[in-house]
Amino acid sequence: MYLKNALRAATAFALVTGAAAQAETITIATVNNGDMIRMQGYTDDFTAKTGHTVEWVTLEENVLRQRVTTDITTKGGQFDIMTIGMYETPIWGANGWLVPLDGLSAEYDVDDILPAMAAGLSHDGTLYAAPFYGESSMIMYRTDLMEKAGLEMPDSPTWEFIREAAAAMTDRANEVNGICLRGKAGWGEGGAFINTMANSFGARVFDEDWNAQLDSEAWANTLNFFVEMMSESGPPGYATNGFNENLSLFQQGKCGMWIDATVAASFVTNPNDSTVADSVGFALAPNTGLGKNANWLWAWALAIPAGTAKADAAKQFIEWATSKEYIELVAANEGWANVPPGARTSLYENPEYQAVPFAQKTLDSILSADPQNPTVDPVPYVGIQFAAIPEWAGFWTEVSQEFSAAYAGQQTVEEALAKAQAIANEAVEAAGYK
Amino acid sequence: MATKASRSAARMMMAPAVVLLLGWMLVPLIMTLWFSFRTYLPLRGGDQGWTGFDNYVRFVTSSAFWPAVQTTLVIVIGVLAITVVLGVLLAMLLDQPMWGQGVVRILVIAPFFVMPTVSALVWKNMFMDPVNGLFSHLWRFFGAEPVSWLSDAAMPSIIMIVSWQWLPFATLILLTAIQSLDSEQLEAAEMDGAPPLKRFFFIVLPHLSRAITIVILIQTIFLLAIFAEIFVTTGGAFGTRTLSYLIFQRVLESQNVGLGSAGGVYAIILANIVAIFLMRIVGKNLDN
Repeated sequence: MYLKNALRAATAFALVTGAAAQAETITIATVNNGDMIRMQGYTDDFTAKTGHTVEWVTLEENVLRQRVTTDITTKGGQFDIMTIGMYETPIWGANGWLVPLDGLSAEYDVDDILPAMAAGLSHDGTLYAAPFYGESSMIMYRTDLMEKAGLEMPDSPTWEFIREAAAAMTDRANEVNGICLRGKAGWGEGGAFINTMANSFGARVFDEDWNAQLDSEAWANTLNFFVEMMSESGPPGYATNGFNENLSLFQQGKCGMWIDATVAASFVTNPNDSTVADSVGFALAPNTGLGKNANWLWAWALAIPAGTAKADAAKQFIEWATSKEYIELVAANEGWANVPPGARTSLYENPEYQAVPFAQKTLDSILSADPQNPTVDPVPYVGIQFAAIPEWAGFWTEVSQEFSAAYAGQQTVEEALAKAQAIANEAVEAAGYK
Repeated sequence: MATKASRSAARMMMAPAVVLLLGWMLVPLIMTLWFSFRTYLPLRGGDQGWTGFDNYVRFVTSSAFWPAVQTTLVIVIGVLAITVVLGVLLAMLLDQPMWGQGVVRILVIAPFFVMPTVSALVWKNMFMDPVNGLFSHLWRFFGAEPVSWLSDAAMPSIIMIVSWQWLPFATLILLTAIQSLDSEQLEAAEMDGAPPLKRFFFIVLPHLSRAITIVILIQTIFLLAIFAEIFVTTGGAFGTRTLSYLIFQRVLESQNVGLGSAGGVYAIILANIVAIFLMRIVGKNLDN
């Protein structure tokens, strides 16, 4: 009798745990960008295919970065999947904090991931995060305002041309600003933009011996140019504008030009969200003739923190969200212009996608970005809008706060750069680089 | 009268709660102290051993330390000045008999129930946005150039947002105090020919002194740790980095737990100095 009951109990337990193993609830931390919001709308498709349900934690970019970093370093275990980027993935992968994404199915076709993206999301040749979308940065501009100003956008303009065009397009009485750029403090917000711009001005953050170079003439030229151009033609309060704030301004028809992530192209050309959808043109990010365009390389990618008990379900989700099938699902429902871009080679070989107005410029921008050689002069770090060292996020956030204060006129460019120089030197000295 | 046995029984029954509360306080405090003496860099392999007082020295010698202390004090003093002055005025106004008094009182108290992050987001996006905010429309309507509140006037803006949140608290405490004022005393003064301002300074204000001290004490303790409003609105830029924000940056953004913990210990010391100072004033007031 006792044995019978024990057997029954064991069977019931096995059934319950078996069912649990089949259907899990996974928690995903992600950023509040448009493509991720869209992905959440398709969660039912994933649940129907696998039985797993998903809980979303959607956060603003700066907040997401802090939350997931804290969770991974403290082994908090709050998330089964984290949305991270090219900065975090190699560092966390090297520390053994992420589950390697090996053994992905043949249909997933891991070799189809754009080499630039796969390289940035790997450590020692092992992929630790799968790109949900990849991006560089480029110029998005109003063709109607350009025409009105009597100008024609070159394929690869100089900063001087951009400044002149911005001034010509500015119409303060009608709230049209010639150019909208990120000034918001945060290493991944305004900090990422200004660093990319500085690369094109021949500046670098460190020399080969890890001496900070923020007191150089090239950095002063970059910041002075930026501040002068934005005072002439930027929107009021640009020192607090990041990606989402500028996207909103552009969609409202309040920007003549916007230099930012290529992924924004689908949002500014979507007539449901953008009042200027039918008059947007694209060009490569500007340069100063020194051989470097001001464009970065980034991927928002999905990774599984080591230690999660739901790694299998998490891997299934990543396969679903970053697959060719997902891209086709979005294309079927919302058109090819709205699929997550920049992650897969096959997307750019698809004739239907090639017809999308920004497809080729996005690919050109991605292919021209070289994280191994980001600056005119040699540097000891990898990364274009960041240096891939663990200390970067901390000290570059502080540096970008000093820059934002200069944008707002609270201090001079020279004062901001002097403080930035001290902050950067202090950070690398404390970390033992020199 | 309590017997020896009943006193022991009471102690026994209270013990679990006391132990729990002590643990609740002591564990984080001891951990902060422990980490403050260690090189603890989660992104660089974690705990790397003892470092003596290095973290303490680095934290105070950092160029960000004194500006952060100064910013903290400016915010605390600014908010206290606004909430106490306006609180007294509002309390006196609300004490007057008026139509719809109940509704007005609820409306005045309402901001206190809004979460700090929510109120900061509403102020930032709906009121202070230089393009789409209500203030910018108002400014343009009168032909003026909109102000970029959160970058050009970041500190006054934050003081305004925080004051808006704490004004109801001050008003509520002060209103209760005003209502306990003996109206005969005021009437007598009025009959003796004392003008309104003199009645206020010589009768109402002295009567409110104890309530004002309590408002200052409680608000100071909370305002020293102000964080959410700054995080949401300026992200610590434009000279708004307080001591608690600096500690957050050291621990979470720079991932230097040791350095941030040393900052935490400084913050505890500062808060205690302020609290002891204020408690002495309260004590003096209570004696009087």
